[in-house]
Amino acid sequence: MSKTLFDKVWDTHVIRKIEGGPDVLFIDRHLIHEVTSPVAFLGLKTRGIKVLYPERTFATADHNTPTINQHLPVADPLSANQLKALESNSNEYGISYWGLGHQKNGIVHVVGPEYGITQPGATIVCGDSHTSTHGAFGAIAFGIGTSEVEMVLATQCIMQPKPKKMRINVNGKLGVGVTPKDVALFIISQLTTSGATGYFVEYAGDVFENMSMEGRMTVCNLSIEMGARGGMIAPDETTINYVKGREFSPKGEAWDRALAYYKTLKTDPDAVFDKELTFDGSKIEPMITYGTNPGMGMGISHDIPDAAHVEGGAATYAKSLGYMGFHEGESMIGKKVDFVFVGSCTNGRIEDFRAFTSLVKGKHKADDVTVWLVPGSHIVEQQIKAEGLLDILTEAGFTLRQPGCSACLAMNDDKIPAGKYAVSTSNRNFEGRQGPGARTMLASPLVAAAAAVTGVVTDPRELIEELV
Amino acid sequence: MGHGLWTNKIMAYDKFNILTSTAVPLPIENVDTDQLIPARFLKATERVGFGDNLFRDWRYNPDNTPKKDFVLNNPTFSGKILVGGKNFGSGSSREHAAWAVYDYGFRCVVSSFFADIFRNNCLNIGVLPVQVSPEFSEKIFSAVFADPKTEIEVNLTKQTITLLSTGEKETFDISPYKKDNMTNGFDDIDYLQSIKTEIQEFAENLPL
Repeated sequence: MSKTLFDKVWDTHVIRKIEGGPDVLFIDRHLIHEVTSPVAFLGLKTRGIKVLYPERTFATADHNTPTINQHLPVADPLSANQLKALESNSNEYGISYWGLGHQKNGIVHVVGPEYGITQPGATIVCGDSHTSTHGAFGAIAFGIGTSEVEMVLATQCIMQPKPKKMRINVNGKLGVGVTPKDVALFIISQLTTSGATGYFVEYAGDVFENMSMEGRMTVCNLSIEMGARGGMIAPDETTINYVKGREFSPKGEAWDRALAYYKTLKTDPDAVFDKELTFDGSKIEPMITYGTNPGMGMGISHDIPDAAHVEGGAATYAKSLGYMGFHEGESMIGKKVDFVFVGSCTNGRIEDFRAFTSLVKGKHKADDVTVWLVPGSHIVEQQIKAEGLLDILTEAGFTLRQPGCSACLAMNDDKIPAGKYAVSTSNRNFEGRQGPGARTMLASPLVAAAAAVTGVVTDPRELIEELV
Repeated sequence: MGHGLWTNKIMAYDKFNILTSTAVPLPIENVDTDQLIPARFLKATERVGFGDNLFRDWRYNPDNTPKKDFVLNNPTFSGKILVGGKNFGSGSSREHAAWAVYDYGFRCVVSSFFADIFRNNCLNIGVLPVQVSPEFSEKIFSAVFADPKTEIEVNLTKQTITLLSTGEKETFDISPYKKDNMTNGFDDIDYLQSIKTEIQEFAENLPL
């Protein structure tokens, strides 16, 4: 029987099917962080049970953590309390914990792959919707709520109905200045914020075959923004080369066994998807969002569409543009930018900082823009320094912060003030996402760099001399 | 006890069978989880206070005075049923959004389309997501705006939602498994605990 990559990974992990109900799915790797775990651990205490597989569970602190002065005690008492709760819960249940100050600390979906926790063909969950990131490795990875976090802690299983399958093909050579972030925002603009709801997506085509692992992570990360349960890309040589030898990757005989499994992880040639879409990669431009959901994006050279050309109700569209202070027919080019945020599990990796640095090199930060550069982990932070990028950034008037989720969701002090405009390499532009009243424009590190040096929304292709 | 898969000793939430109530109308599309519960309220380490912060930034000004034009501050509308526009609950996996809905006092959300993770979270904690056709959604909004005291019956057993004033109704989908859970106030953990040995044996044979 012809199977898709998704079928192969899913079916390998099904312990039981419930009649008229979900499948019981075994979870290979459970990532936890401080926000969605406390009440789950309280649940375990109430039931009087332990974590079934502490060795399959990895904890990091990222959502609440400050991105400067991490050596000092956390000032906000609620944040400090949440971090302490995760630390003590991890200790009590024997889970490894990479808290503030730990050398392995960083954003959960950045450190997971860095340390080889993420593996091809694995089932991976976390109480965070951007868990879809790990699908870049050919894993089935998705976000879960706190009750399910408790379920996985207690039984290493989740009960999930099998989603429908969608394949999105993108072929063609990407243009100059077009990054994986743009590919993802383009796809979401075509599908809308609910267009993949009920589906698990496989991304295929030469655009993805030619993409680095970090680029694939960016794309898979954003799968949730079109409503998909998750997104995945078939593992290949690029994937194997990335995971081999990482700290928590299988070794020796276990590696041989794993590798044999990885080699089976491809969609069969005649397998059928419930829905299949194809896009021309060469037509994708650097993207920017103009509205209040990630589907409200367009090529940066376009004008804001009329309500008639947008899916959904006119009242909702008017509310969205009204919040942003934008109007139908306007160009985004030249719009004032107050803040630039480079970071998050979407674009907080070394290739993102290389891209940002390549564009600002020899130029200077615009005077009236506040720029937050937040690496996704200490490894990324160290690489930025080791590669000499920090020198270039400093010369250009930028400073580097410390790892954390930061302004992506502004749980810490990195909040965009009300009414201010931010170009952000993160993943959501909902009302108030980056701070109450904040106005977010999602974009790639190159678009962020262009805004950082000009102070306005700028097409990065105007400034590119060479790509890294 | 339902599908007889296990004996459940802990009721996770109040059972849901038939709910007859007035409804609160929120005809906004793509209501996302950052609106349902802004991130700054996720710092809690217990499930406390979430009802107060449901739709916080749509409901209150920065100085904590209520925004007069937001429906939750309009005493004309009240009830245990929230009616939303399509694509309700998009965004984050934060179960806190579902907690906020439940703890505020809603046991049912009606929409023509739900985001997946939010729908799942609701089902796991005892909020019934009822998906209706776009046409029926319009009918409900019209009925409620015309008469805020109009009552709606959500019958989980029959899987029907009925406008009691006119008798117009629609059936809605729910998996038999989840229906059984909601009807009895069950959650999944006790069941999974009962098959723990099978889980451990299964794990031995996995490649990772």
